[in-house]
Amino acid sequence: MPSISLNRIKSKKPLDLAFDLAVILICVIMFFVVAYPIYFIIIASISDPTFVSTGKVLFTPKGFSLFGYEQIFADSRVWIGYRNTLFYSFFGTFINLLLTLPAAYVLSRTEFRARRFLMFFFIFTMFFNGGLIPTYMLMRDLSLLDTPWVFIFNPLTVNVFNLIITRTFFENNIPHEMYEAAVMDGCSHFKFFSTIVLPLSKAVTAVIGLYYLVWHWNDFFTGLIYIRNYDLQPLQIVLRDILLSNQVFSEGAGSGGTGGGYAQRYADQVKYGVIIVSSLPVLILYPFIQKYFEKGVLIGSVKG
Amino acid sequence: MATVQDTKVKVEPKVKKQTVFNTLARDYQLWIMILPAIICVIIFNYVPMYGIQLAFREYDFTAGLTGGDFVGLKYFEQFMNSHLFWDLIRNTLLISITTIVVGFPAPIALALLVNQIKWKRGKRILQTTVYLPHFISIVVLVGLLNVMLSPNTGILGLLLAKLGVEGNLLASVNAFVPIYVLSDVWQHVGWNSIIYLAALAAVDPQLYDAAKIDGANKWQIIRNVEIPAIIPTIIILLILNMGSIISTGFEKIFLMQNSLNLPISEVIETYVYKTGIVSNQFSYAAAIGLFNTMINFTMLVIVNTIAKKVSRISLW
Repeated sequence: MPSISLNRIKSKKPLDLAFDLAVILICVIMFFVVAYPIYFIIIASISDPTFVSTGKVLFTPKGFSLFGYEQIFADSRVWIGYRNTLFYSFFGTFINLLLTLPAAYVLSRTEFRARRFLMFFFIFTMFFNGGLIPTYMLMRDLSLLDTPWVFIFNPLTVNVFNLIITRTFFENNIPHEMYEAAVMDGCSHFKFFSTIVLPLSKAVTAVIGLYYLVWHWNDFFTGLIYIRNYDLQPLQIVLRDILLSNQVFSEGAGSGGTGGGYAQRYADQVKYGVIIVSSLPVLILYPFIQKYFEKGVLIGSVKG
Repeated sequence: MATVQDTKVKVEPKVKKQTVFNTLARDYQLWIMILPAIICVIIFNYVPMYGIQLAFREYDFTAGLTGGDFVGLKYFEQFMNSHLFWDLIRNTLLISITTIVVGFPAPIALALLVNQIKWKRGKRILQTTVYLPHFISIVVLVGLLNVMLSPNTGILGLLLAKLGVEGNLLASVNAFVPIYVLSDVWQHVGWNSIIYLAALAAVDPQLYDAAKIDGANKWQIIRNVEIPAIIPTIIILLILNMGSIISTGFEKIFLMQNSLNLPISEVIETYVYKTGIVSNQFSYAAAIGLFNTMINFTMLVIVNTIAKKVSRISLW
C-alpha cells in the first residue's frame, strides 16, 4: 500500500491500524484463493503428469510435457464441438441482439402507450415459467429437437435482464429532444434508431452482446436436454464427456481407470489441457472486456 | 386530475385521451420493432406456461403440447406419496438454504472489504481476479473440482489427505453440500459484489466526514454509515434470491452427481429431468416441475410482501 505515507500511519488510531492490516491480509488470501486454481491448471497442463499427480507441481511447471494438448488436437470431438459452439454463439448472439435492441428502444419511448403493459409482459417471464417438461414438449411439437435452431430460439432468446439494461441505457443516454429534432427533419423511428441511436449505443451493445456471447459459449443445458445427435453437440457437452464421464481418449482407452494410476495420470493431463483450450477464448478476451461486463451490472442496477 | 382534464376538454374538445388503439397509426413503426421480441417471448415463454396443464392430464403422444384426458391431481398425489418425496424436499431445501445463508452475505462482505482498499492498482487487480471465475462454464468448474479433489492425484485431495481428511470427497454424502456451496461462493462472490460496490460508491462523502468528526473508527463507519447505505440494495437482491430458493442450480448439481452421493444430491429439478426427459413420464415430471415453480413463486410473493410492509421496498 504505497499510498499510505508514514505520517498518516502514525496519526492513526491503533484500532484502525489493526483494521487495515486485517483488510490487507484478507485481500491477499482472497487473491490467492481465486487466482491459484486457475494458475495451477495452466502449469499442470504443461507439466509432466507424473509430477502433477504426486503433488510436486505447486508453483512452477516441472518436466515440460505437451502430451495433453497433443491428444486434444488429435481428438475430432473437440473440434466438432468447437465449430458447433462457435456457430451457435455468433449466430445466436446476432439473433439475440436483433430482437433485444429494437425492443429495448421501443420500451424506452415514453410516448409509447403499451410500454408499461409490455414491460410487465416481459418481466413476468423472469419470475414464472412453464418449466422443463412443457418447454421440452413445445420444442418437440415445433420439431426443433435435434436441430441447431434450438440453440438460437429458446426461452432465453430475449433475455429480460439484458432487455432492462438496454432500455435503461437508452432512457438515460438518448435525450428526448434529439428525437423531436429528428422528427422535425422528417426522420422516422426506423431511421432514428438505425442512424442515431445505434451508433450512440456502442457501449451497451458491447455489454449485452458479450453477455449473450458468454452465455452461448457456456451453455450446457440446451445440448443436454434437446440434442441427441452427437455431431450437433456443443463444446460443453464434449467437455462433460471428457472431464466428468472420463471418456478422455476418443478410442475409449483409459476410461474408468482400466489402466490404473498410470492411465489416469495421463487422462488428468488431457483434462487440464481441455479446460484451458475450451476456456481460452473467454480467458484471452477477459482482461479487455472486463470493464464492459462491470458496466452492464452498473447500468442495470440503476433501475431494476 | 379530473379538473385538469375538464378544462382541457373545454378548451380543445377534439383532444381525446391517448390509448393504445388511437396511437396505433402514429406508433406503428414502434410496434413493428418490438413485435419480433413479443412473438418470440409468447412462443418460447408463454406457450410453455399454457402447456403446464399437461401436469393435470394424461400424456398422449398424438395430442401434443397440452396432453390428453384430464386426470386432475393424480400426478401430484403420486409425487407426494412417492417414497422419494421427503428426501427430495429435504435435499432441495438443504442445498438452497445453505447456498443463501453462506452465499448471500459473502459478496456484501467482499464489497465492504474491497471498498476499504485505498491502493487503486491493488484494488483493480483484486477485482479483475475475483470476477474471473464467474465466466468459467459450469462444466469446467465441476471438472476443475473433480481433478483437484481427486484423492490420489488431485492437489486439494493430497492436501486434505495430509490434514487427515481421508477418502474421496466427491463420492461423500457429507461433503457434497459444502463442496457445492463453497465452489459456488468461489465462482460468484466477486461478480455479485459489483452491485454493492456501486451502491457504496454512491454514499454521500459528507456522511463519512461527519462520522470522522464524531470520532468514529473504521469499524464504526462500516456499521453506521456503509451498511445502512446499502440496505435497500441488499433487500431487493434478497427478495430476488428468495424467489429462486427452491430452484437450485440444476446443471451444477446434475454434473456433480454420482451414484455414491445421490442420497443427498438428488433434488427436485434433477428428478424432473430423470423422470421426464430420460424416462419419458412426461405428465408426472410436469407435475413435479409445477410443484417446484409454485413454491418458488409463492416464496417470492411472500418475501416481497414482508419486505414491502417492513421496509417499503418492493419489486412491484
